[in-house]
Amino acid sequence: MQTQTTAPVAATSIKVDAVRLDRVRNAFGAERRRAAVVTALDDLTLSVREGEILAVVGPSGCGKTTLLELICGLIEPDGGTIDAQAAALMAQRDLLLPWADAVDNAALALRVAGLDRAEARRRAGALLADFGLHGFERARPHELSGGMRQRVAFARTLLAGRPVLCLDEPFASLDALTRLQMQDWLAAALSADPRTVVLVTHDVEEAIVLADRVAVLSPRPGRVVATLEVDISRPRERTSPELVALRARALAELRT
Amino acid sequence: MRALLVVIVLLGGWEAYVGLGGVDELLLPAPSAIAAALVDDRALLWSNFTVTAREIGLGIAVALVLGLAGAVAIHLSKPVRRSLYPLLVTSQTIPIPVIAPLLVVWFGYDLTPKIAIVALVCFFPIVVPTLDALDRSDPQRRKLMRSFGASRWQTLRFVDAPAALPGLVTGAKLSLAFGGIAAILAEWAGSESGLGHLVLQALPQFETARAYAAVLILAAFSVALFGALTLAERRLLPWARIAS
Repeated sequence: MQTQTTAPVAATSIKVDAVRLDRVRNAFGAERRRAAVVTALDDLTLSVREGEILAVVGPSGCGKTTLLELICGLIEPDGGTIDAQAAALMAQRDLLLPWADAVDNAALALRVAGLDRAEARRRAGALLADFGLHGFERARPHELSGGMRQRVAFARTLLAGRPVLCLDEPFASLDALTRLQMQDWLAAALSADPRTVVLVTHDVEEAIVLADRVAVLSPRPGRVVATLEVDISRPRERTSPELVALRARALAELRT
Repeated sequence: MRALLVVIVLLGGWEAYVGLGGVDELLLPAPSAIAAALVDDRALLWSNFTVTAREIGLGIAVALVLGLAGAVAIHLSKPVRRSLYPLLVTSQTIPIPVIAPLLVVWFGYDLTPKIAIVALVCFFPIVVPTLDALDRSDPQRRKLMRSFGASRWQTLRFVDAPAALPGLVTGAKLSLAFGGIAAILAEWAGSESGLGHLVLQALPQFETARAYAAVLILAAFSVALFGALTLAERRLLPWARIAS
């Protein structure tokens, strides 16, 4: 065991569900006794196989973030059942700590797990080097570019050592070109170190470039209206006919 | 450079005003007289300064520890926030001269009541910015820590406490200004030494220049500490200026 980045996914048990949501319902406002209770998710059924990359696309406000927080156990559903392996969340904003350097930020989950600082930094530093951040170990977040910050945040998520990764629009705050580069980078990182991934995005192309399967959510209250298998070999070309056709299908599902 | 020029012009005007007989020298000594008092009474001023400096330093140190603990307690607990915070504001409206004699009765004439008064005065200006910094600490970060399975203590250690540091430093800066006045007031309530005690003795003895010299020393002490804190802040918390 050299680092925790080695996937705790058993390659033989590919059929096992890592995450299973059954008729899940979640509403806001009920706990504050407000008159208007907003139902974010309703009757949502979804499963993710071990080692699978599932992308969840949907219009703004369809409860995508709520879905990830449910999977990570940060909130409890108001109805239905959730059965999920331990999951680590990577939020839309990188949430890096401004006073800590890149290595300490990446090592945060290791410190929480009880590792001493030197050992945590050694492991995090090795992963950051793999991620092309060699030479930026001691840089503070404000000294890093947007893409670098997301890579540090991704390293921090990986080092949490959870079998499932929940990525919440990880590249939404980046400029268009950096976003493309980061998508390719993530595709490469995940093929080198396969994990069960739930990727929430509003970018249909991002979903198809990265995922094995795409679930399309309806507007609020969110439920799964379509599931598309992405049967395209990797590495994927954004301009390939299959990908373009699949994108058109997904967009059509989103519009209905 | 320009600030120095302003000081020189002001001092020149002051000197001329007193020199030309605009005001009784017993009410307002000329800058030259104060300078002379600084030199002539240096031993007396120094020995009393060390007393007051210790009162201010220890008082602020106590206020920092209690202020940090108080801010964290208010931050973490809604009941504490509801019950303690209004009480804190009330405590600040009590004029120190009203309770200073009481503290002297309780703690005597020595160092303890002075530390208590300085700490009391400085507690509030430390709690408020520290608590603000804690409250501004991104709740999303706490959620992230929870997703890592962090305990409350770990979240405090890795996320909240560092986020509170700039507030604590701001509080410390504010308390330098209030702490000096508090120490003087504490000494006026009953003491045998200190710059406040010195002022209280000098005025009826018509040693106005000595009283002004004592005030000048206190001001210089506060300014020096303030500068040191600002410098330390820039060195140790460079992220605070960029992040916010």
